[in-house]
Amino acid sequence: MTIAEDPATTNPGYKWVGTRPIRPDGFEKVTGRAKFGADLYLPGMLHGAVLRSPHAHAKILSIDTSEAEAMAGVKSVITGDDFPPAMGKEKDMASNTIARDKVLYEGHVVAAVAATSRAQARAALDAIKVTYEVLPHVLTVDQAMAAGAPVLHDGMLTKGSEPAATEPSNVASRVIYQGGDLDKGFAEADVVVEHEFTTKPVHQGYIEPHAAVADTTPDGRSTVWCSSQGHFAMRTYSAQVLGWDSGRIRVIPAEIGGGFGGKTVIYLEPLAIKLSQKAGRPVKIVMSRDEVFRATGPTSGSRMTAKIGATKDGKITAADVHLWFEAGAYAGSPVGAAAMCCLAPYKVENFTIEGFDVVVNKPRVAAYRAPGAPISGFAVESVMDEIAKSIGMDPIEFRLANVVEEGDTATYGPKFPRIGYKETLEAIKNHPNYQEPLGPNQGRGIAVGFWFNAGMNSSATVNVNEDGTVNVLTGSPDIGGSRASMALMAAEELGVDVARISPNVADTATVGFNDVTGGSRTTLATGGAVVNACRMIIEDLRGRAAKQWDVAADQVEWVDGQAQMVDGSQPPLSLADIAKGWARTGGPIAASASLNARGVGAGFSTQMCDLEVDPETGVVTIVRYTTAQDAGRAIHPSYVEGQFQGGVAQGIGWALNEEYVHNADGVMENAGFLDYRMPVASDLPMIDTVIVEVPNPGHPYGVRGVGEVGIVPPLAAVANAVDSATGKRICHLPLSPIRILDALLEG
Amino acid sequence: MSTKTHVTCIINGDETDFLTEDGESLLNALRDEVGLTGAKEGCGTGDCGACSIIMNGDLTASCLVFAPEAQCSTIVTVEGLADGDHLHPLQQCFLEGAALQCGVCTPGFLVASKVLLDRNPNPDDTEIRYALAGNLCRCTGYDKIVRAVKEAAVQLRENGKVQA
Amino acid sequence: MTFNPGGLPVKYFSPSTIEEAVELLSSGPNRRVFAGATDVVPQMRSGRPAPDGLIDLKGIERLISVTDTGSMWVIGAAAPTVRLTSNPAFVASFPGLAEASGLIGSDQVQSRSSLGGNLCNSSPAADSVPALFANRARAVIASGAGTRTIAVQDVPTGPGRTSLAPGEFIIEFEIDRPTTNSGDAYFRLTPRTEMDIAVVGAGARVDLDGAGTISSATLALGAVAPTVVRVPDAEAALLGAALTNGAPSDDVLAAVAAAASAACNPIDDKRGTIKYRRHVAGVLARRSILAAIARASAA
Repeated sequence: MTIAEDPATTNPGYKWVGTRPIRPDGFEKVTGRAKFGADLYLPGMLHGAVLRSPHAHAKILSIDTSEAEAMAGVKSVITGDDFPPAMGKEKDMASNTIARDKVLYEGHVVAAVAATSRAQARAALDAIKVTYEVLPHVLTVDQAMAAGAPVLHDGMLTKGSEPAATEPSNVASRVIYQGGDLDKGFAEADVVVEHEFTTKPVHQGYIEPHAAVADTTPDGRSTVWCSSQGHFAMRTYSAQVLGWDSGRIRVIPAEIGGGFGGKTVIYLEPLAIKLSQKAGRPVKIVMSRDEVFRATGPTSGSRMTAKIGATKDGKITAADVHLWFEAGAYAGSPVGAAAMCCLAPYKVENFTIEGFDVVVNKPRVAAYRAPGAPISGFAVESVMDEIAKSIGMDPIEFRLANVVEEGDTATYGPKFPRIGYKETLEAIKNHPNYQEPLGPNQGRGIAVGFWFNAGMNSSATVNVNEDGTVNVLTGSPDIGGSRASMALMAAEELGVDVARISPNVADTATVGFNDVTGGSRTTLATGGAVVNACRMIIEDLRGRAAKQWDVAADQVEWVDGQAQMVDGSQPPLSLADIAKGWARTGGPIAASASLNARGVGAGFSTQMCDLEVDPETGVVTIVRYTTAQDAGRAIHPSYVEGQFQGGVAQGIGWALNEEYVHNADGVMENAGFLDYRMPVASDLPMIDTVIVEVPNPGHPYGVRGVGEVGIVPPLAAVANAVDSATGKRICHLPLSPIRILDALLEG
Repeated sequence: MSTKTHVTCIINGDETDFLTEDGESLLNALRDEVGLTGAKEGCGTGDCGACSIIMNGDLTASCLVFAPEAQCSTIVTVEGLADGDHLHPLQQCFLEGAALQCGVCTPGFLVASKVLLDRNPNPDDTEIRYALAGNLCRCTGYDKIVRAVKEAAVQLRENGKVQA
Repeated sequence: MTFNPGGLPVKYFSPSTIEEAVELLSSGPNRRVFAGATDVVPQMRSGRPAPDGLIDLKGIERLISVTDTGSMWVIGAAAPTVRLTSNPAFVASFPGLAEASGLIGSDQVQSRSSLGGNLCNSSPAADSVPALFANRARAVIASGAGTRTIAVQDVPTGPGRTSLAPGEFIIEFEIDRPTTNSGDAYFRLTPRTEMDIAVVGAGARVDLDGAGTISSATLALGAVAPTVVRVPDAEAALLGAALTNGAPSDDVLAAVAAAASAACNPIDDKRGTIKYRRHVAGVLARRSILAAIARASAA
């Protein structure tokens, strides 16, 4: 089933869509009532704690848990031996959840305990004796690919290499996208710019650490409460790691305190389920911030080269991009998406984009907002900026000269449908901020970004209550206000006041399957399921009114929340009227819809950063920031703006200060919020937003995902602004005061 | 055999007591023993502000306080900001201004903002940003939070409700 | 290696007199005084060996008092730094020390952090310490043998180490009120505007004589050596310097910056490089001296 088509796509005359009501879950959140992952307490609940590897790479020779098991108050202890062998599709996830024969990064889980107090659980961890044989480790793509490097996974042959790989290595896979003739393209260029770039791993930085509570019954069924971006995914993955049927696990979603991609995978859930099963009591495990940094997230560090040629009048003739991404301990960096996105905003005939997925002894990377695209975008947008500068062209005009539009073929294959990219460029060009004069030591940077956005699978159930109020159930965790969007779309469809709609995030036992809240898909796909279910309800309501009036259903239309005769011959019946009499017309009114969403609308963003560099210290102050992004249609504009602003803030942090710092032993040195420097309020200015609305023809209201693409341009926008302020092209992140001053002192 | 300490204090206006291990944080005691889970542990080291409370009139990271220190103290948590079903203007302005996304940092921001406005009824943007620099938010980019605090300050000044 | 924090096995004491605290401190092998625990808690959580007894000094009135005696300010070692930054008379007397004290963490931390804790944690990057050095503050130390008073400068001996003997703790600081036109200032370099640890810090104090020349100058640098360090060569260059348009000559300022860079004995670590610290120490030395002069001139 696809999302219903609607000519109203081009008609913005909506009553509820586009308004800004207070979000339905807001009251719980401002009064401290909202229950996040760590906020659930069950009678008899035990505290779980996790023992983690102190080594970046080691063989586990033995684990002796006997002393810990004998301690007072310790109710269960588990190791990898308590789980089936890691194999099959989720083999890597299984061995990342708890190590078996080898640990692959500092922080890798080795064992876990459940005890009657936190202190006792912690003491029990100290009593577990693990013998390791420490192995040499690799921390960067260059170390991992060096001749003679220790190989993390014995059987790993590079997928997609030419010729086919015959020897195991740390390169998990190679992807390539090509078009035209590179040599010809570069020969046609008047100017060619080439640089090498590096970036460090960065963490999603959600404020809520991972937490899970599991209550497993002796018959091997478990109820799990956890905060995640997708409780169905938590169920599926946990079942796979445990070797259980999915139906044995019910996952009840807690409120989620931020995820940004990092809570789409499991860490604690199978451990809590198993500890609870062995102890016969509920078990809660909550990560410390230290554990969050050492063992979850981050996204990839990288090395990249980008070589791009253009003519004097600003036509790009060739682009040659190569990407090496750290995957962490298991294959699966976002290098593929990075390769697909980086040239997508440009019409370029001759190109090669090659990417390598490389394993290293660091935590396994997880999705982070537009995974991969900010990294490759940093390289490409930096080079584009330099080309525009070298041919004396305004950076926005340069992008307009190469802009992709409807019907153009993207470098990653498909033809673009109607997109609003050009409109975002024009929005920045016409923004008063673009005319603001710059002061001494100030610079201005422009960059653009692309992200596909996702569709995937969603389900929704709409239940009409006996008084005509409406409950909307979805299985998509609300991470940034999506319940408000669901309510607005249901109100628009049914023609009732949004205050009469109660949107809920239901658990895995009470609503149909939903993929994770990720890929900027929820308003589009889950919203589409809500719209479809509402339309089924309306069909039903029309039939019930027709029955009451004893006419054919086609004589009844649904207008402004009421059934009315086409010829006006009966007084209209409201939703409440029909609900009141449902016993006479067929019983309660409910509908469920499921879909695999098609018609995803791509996201584009153009951003402008003004900043000032202290020439004596290299400290950067962001002076002004402006972002224009195509939202298709903003269902709740406040939360659309919030997504734009949040993405920009994360991107600025990534550009300026955030990075994983590992010492030579592979131990993370800055696993806390003091030294992993995310932006604080005083680091940022207001972030000016322009919501561009070029409706997505594939969605009934024209929605495009808005959550992700906003983080793609800032890395380069900041670097380009630093170049504008100082004349220094810095190709390595973060742009810390140290790095900037080093560049300034070079002369 | 118990080594626990009995602590009595005023929390959100009510005399409250609890038992705690001496080395436990006040944050954990509030959450585990008193049942007030509005304050959150984001870091446990005083670097994120999610555990903010008002202790004896001062904005305080409750993760840095040993629970026995609360003896005879007066504590306000996010649960104590509203007056019955009447939200504090800050709470109302955060809602109306969409100043929260995931909401996990929100209790800390509200508590810190209350202390700011109690002390400075008319802060400018920079003062707000520095006063809230101890509270990390990863969702909003702070823009709508700063605006909501400014709006609440206007309402509080107009209503003459700013406490001395 | 364990990562999970929990209720830590430690005994809490809250003495109400100095004598009681002295007694408690000496009656167990591994006891430790604390004020705000803003360093103690993170250290305990990071897996460092926990003390078995924590002695809370905030119950002792003298240790949380902030008093102007007329000739000097006496600041309780455990007084929360918010008591300094919110005290207009203190801020007027020592704006630089007040600013430095106000940089020890967020407002949430300011209600806990103290000058005694900031000094005795003995991090070379402690923000208040260069400002205490610059103002020639004294520390009053208690023990079973009574009290003794030493220069704050003689307290830190290395990262995490002090000259205090076992059983000793600081009860208060004394800072003489200036007798001439005087100003102090503290600047630090951090990548973020707040919530950060100094990569370099510089505290300055300048006194002017009746003719408007510099009669005394002190400069102390943080985070550039194993302890906070004074920069005697810079101080000497400033002594007797005349001011033109409120500033010493460019040559003097260049000498100050060069002396500050030369006084550095930094390390490369996760927060900064040797090269960066040397360079920025010179920059901040100049900026802090100029700010202190401006305040002295306005006094």
